[in-house]
Amino acid sequence: MGKYNMHVLVCGGTGCHASESETLLQNLKTEVLEHGLENEVQVIVTGCFGFCEKGPIVKIMPDNTFYTEVTPDDARVIVEEHLIKGRKVNRLLYTHPETKETVADSKHMDFYKKQLRIALRNCGFIDPENIEEYIARDGYEALARSLNELTPEQVIEIIKKSGLRGRGGGGFPTGLKWEITRKSVSDIKYVVCNADEGDPGAFMDRSILEGDPHSVIEAMAICGYCIGSSIGLVYIRAEYPLAIERLKTAIAQARDYGLLGEDIFGSGFNFDIELRYGAGAFVCGEETALIHSMEGLRGEPTVKPPFPSVSGYFGQPTNVNNVETLANVPPIINQGPEWFSTIGNEKSKGTKVFALAGKINNVGLIEVPMGTTLREVIYEIGEGIKDGKKFKAVQTGGPSGGCLTEKHLDTPIDYENLIASGSMMGSGGMIVMDEDDCMVSVAKFYLEFTVEESCGKCTPCRVGNKRLHEILDKITQGNGTREDLDRLRNLSHVIKDTALCGLGQTSPNPVLSTLDNFWDEFVEHVVDKKCRSGQCKALLQYVIVPENCVGCTACARNCPVNAISGERKEIHLIDQSICIKCGVCMEKCKFNAVLVK
Amino acid sequence: METIKLKIDGKDVTTTKGTTILKAAKEFGIQIPTLCYLHLEDLNIENKPAGCRVCVVEVEGRRNLAPACATECTDGMVINTHNIRVLNARKTVLELILSDHPTDCLVCAKNGICELQTMAQEMGIRELHYQGEQSHYREDTSPAIIRDVDKCIMCRRCEMMCNEVQTVGALSAVNRGFMSVVAPAFEMNLDHSVCTYCGQCVAVCPTGALTEVDHTNNVIRALADPTKTVIVQTAPAVRAALGEEFGLPAGTLVTGKLTAALRRLGFNYVFDTDFAADLTIMEEGTELLNRLNRHLKGEKVALPILTSCCPAWVNFFEHQFPDMRDIPSTARSPQQMFGAIAKTYFADKIQVKRENLVVVSVMPCLAKKYECQREEFATDGNPDVDFSISTRELAHLIKQSNIDFMSLPDEDFDNPLGESTGAGVIFGTTGGVIEAAVRTAYEVQTGKKLENVDFKELRGMEYIREATIDFDGLPIRIGIAHGLGNARELLQDIKDGKSHFHAIEIMACPGGCIGGGGQPLHHGDSSIIKARQKAIYEEDRNKAIRKSHENPYIIELYEKFLGKPMSDKAHHLLHTHYFDKSKEITVE
Repeated sequence: MGKYNMHVLVCGGTGCHASESETLLQNLKTEVLEHGLENEVQVIVTGCFGFCEKGPIVKIMPDNTFYTEVTPDDARVIVEEHLIKGRKVNRLLYTHPETKETVADSKHMDFYKKQLRIALRNCGFIDPENIEEYIARDGYEALARSLNELTPEQVIEIIKKSGLRGRGGGGFPTGLKWEITRKSVSDIKYVVCNADEGDPGAFMDRSILEGDPHSVIEAMAICGYCIGSSIGLVYIRAEYPLAIERLKTAIAQARDYGLLGEDIFGSGFNFDIELRYGAGAFVCGEETALIHSMEGLRGEPTVKPPFPSVSGYFGQPTNVNNVETLANVPPIINQGPEWFSTIGNEKSKGTKVFALAGKINNVGLIEVPMGTTLREVIYEIGEGIKDGKKFKAVQTGGPSGGCLTEKHLDTPIDYENLIASGSMMGSGGMIVMDEDDCMVSVAKFYLEFTVEESCGKCTPCRVGNKRLHEILDKITQGNGTREDLDRLRNLSHVIKDTALCGLGQTSPNPVLSTLDNFWDEFVEHVVDKKCRSGQCKALLQYVIVPENCVGCTACARNCPVNAISGERKEIHLIDQSICIKCGVCMEKCKFNAVLVK
Repeated sequence: METIKLKIDGKDVTTTKGTTILKAAKEFGIQIPTLCYLHLEDLNIENKPAGCRVCVVEVEGRRNLAPACATECTDGMVINTHNIRVLNARKTVLELILSDHPTDCLVCAKNGICELQTMAQEMGIRELHYQGEQSHYREDTSPAIIRDVDKCIMCRRCEMMCNEVQTVGALSAVNRGFMSVVAPAFEMNLDHSVCTYCGQCVAVCPTGALTEVDHTNNVIRALADPTKTVIVQTAPAVRAALGEEFGLPAGTLVTGKLTAALRRLGFNYVFDTDFAADLTIMEEGTELLNRLNRHLKGEKVALPILTSCCPAWVNFFEHQFPDMRDIPSTARSPQQMFGAIAKTYFADKIQVKRENLVVVSVMPCLAKKYECQREEFATDGNPDVDFSISTRELAHLIKQSNIDFMSLPDEDFDNPLGESTGAGVIFGTTGGVIEAAVRTAYEVQTGKKLENVDFKELRGMEYIREATIDFDGLPIRIGIAHGLGNARELLQDIKDGKSHFHAIEIMACPGGCIGGGGQPLHHGDSSIIKARQKAIYEEDRNKAIRKSHENPYIIELYEKFLGKPMSDKAHHLLHTHYFDKSKEITVE
């Protein structure tokens, strides 16, 4: 990389890719060539920068200039102004949503200030399709050290000491998992990388695979060395075509470089990786279901124990780790477990990647040290709620996480605290809601997802979640009763208590957490038949304001169901039992005499 | 074995490591309710998907409740099987199942014997707190089995039977979430699948989701038709199980009462499929010896010979091993031999036209319903056997007809098609067909009289058995398999050229016909099947004649009608050919 003076990094993550970053890349390359800068400037495509809200992103190194929402037509101005004349293109710089000031480089952006990128260290920095760029960033050094200088036990000890825990949701200590799999006696063992990433809205695993596939390959090889396996399998959803392609390229390159295959680094250790495609079922992120799916069976979980570490893929000991977990492994070995364990808090070490979404200014992918508070994430990195609205809740942990409120904002984010607050880490989805969101509808929305994604094997999840959803729907339709609230609570507890797998055991979380934190709102829905955020259409009431009504009959004439009565020049009246809440009356009234409440 | 100590409901319990909570509790008199769980001990059949969640118990220190069927005990465990948390969860789960289940219990085929109904009753469910949409599916009626899967509770027992035990692969879970259901691939009908109609799915279904096609009304109509002469044949395994439907202990032989009941139902002649079983031995045994002797002379013949009296087994190899369909004996099953003789020899004898003679069979089997509908077993569209009803259907028929079964006298079968030997009787159990064949083949081959007709080495419940029988210096190697999965193993060996047997007996159902899909439901109790087996051998022991070729009416049948075994006439009436059904599976 050294021979160039400047590097132009163009985001090639799925989001930016969809916004023509590929054309932008080609235009930049053409411009650089046309201006004869090809020996000075290198234009490369990288993985995701995380700041997807403002994509496509172009970053200029070494000065960290961070251009947002760049279109293919902007290529010329970037080359002519910035690369040649050394003047930053102001209109492409990031503007702070409140101060309205432009920020010259990423180091000064709130979005990045609080972040600490370990798993995402190479995303948005290197060309994921070039193994040498990975190697230049200490890539494969951890593998080399492991194979040549350390015994498998020593490597496991390092991982254990680091305190790394599963990033897929469960939070199981990674080193311990490796140790158990190592101790399982068998000629054949498997390393499985769980790249199923089913949480809607979460895309850290995809970003890592797209932006830094070698980190996962390297970690899988290290894991193979530790547990005594020579076969790695990546279970990846078929909806991730770019990640699949980059992974395939990376695997081929690693093979070419002798970093996969036989006798790696002359150590006698053999390891290779194959891909297995998932059809996108949420439940297949659960490791036993994932394994069944890989075996060609119906993707549904089985009772644990036996754990995959003892009996997994085709009955052999199988170590299943999630993408983000694996991406942490090489830095831990390179920089030592002590370094890693100083990051984070007591029981949760290192960092966690979150997919920040919803009613927040900076939507995107962030990585923060464990123990960072929700407030820091939402108000500093996320730069607050969109359109200056009031924060209402944040839902963490994907569709089966819980909704946390104002009072939880100063809770440090880690495995234990989130569970204690009634939510969970999950794979790191974080959806922010504002005052316009109806919490009953939110709970219903998440249940809709779990009902859809239930595998159907166990009764509580198959039927119970369906019933939960029906009750929630009944409440949003204005037909709920107080007994329904009791029913919701009891059923939620029973489902948590009796469901077979993690999906079912957590699916009532959105219901329970909203019941706990937004009880008043539920009561309003069932007793007062009111939805304070106006989301539940069935609970709206269109009424005539007598003071404003002039009796023009416009509303009555236009009402499609004849719900409005009243003589000419007399005050009209809407019959609520007939009204279908279409809103036409309000639209047609010229005197502000129709009110919705 | 490591012994561990734990507490269940306050009781100190000692058990071995690896025992499930369910089993450990049972040993100490604590019956944890189960629904999806099924364990047929000694038959290697177990279903524990831990899916219904009815058996959940509280394990102290554990976050959530544990399914007792699939959770192993550990040392020091403290378990509560019926505290308020457990009871509330269990009842709620049961209510959830019921909330997605039709409530037409009074007119359901399983009314009174439905495990879900029984459990709802025992758990005192009087109200469903969680009601809502119910899942609906297309009803599927095949020649033998009705799938009313609105009643499916996803216990997956049928799936386990179909895939793991029978290795047929017709049924598996399809769809997701609330619409999950067990069905053939692409939710096609069973008759478009590789289903063999063995009925083992029906035998284990806890609800009315899988039932037999009921032919009792056809029988009632035939009996009421004055222009028809209606005769009945009853299979050997029926007499060893029918009593259970009337509260008698499993293994009670009710041959005499069965005959009396059939007569009171109005059948003009009450015959015995055992007679046809003897006839089968004459044909199959002769075929075996033919092939064997040609083999001994160095000719290339298809060996081992496989028995062919089990219609589910026939369906199985027609679907799964069509290229090997020259190996099984060509002899028809006893049911079909009976029909063929009844509608020719016997019809002539009583001067009744074929079309006015109705042959009904009472079978422990559902595949027999399909078998009697096969086109090759009809003449001018008139089937050799008109209707086949199961043991369960016969019990209903008896009850409907106001017959007090228990007070019936013992009566005998009619002649000529009611006389049978002990060899015919043992057709009802695994190992029985081949033992019957050996009794006859030995004497025909060696010309010597058997001192002892009990070939104990051929008996038992082991799923694959083998024995070598000394035919006066000639060792005859015999294999036996029951359960189609086990049959597949032997068949695969033949295909791979690894089989060393001369003859193999195969029965599709675990235990043989005594464990058939048409028998009274065993509800997971394999001792019932074993008791029936004991009864079958008891009936054999009590028979005056125990070798098929000594049955005087069989001798007379050959003398007056058929000529000799494998004669042209015998061939025409008593043998069949098989089809390649592997290409019949279509997706509409």
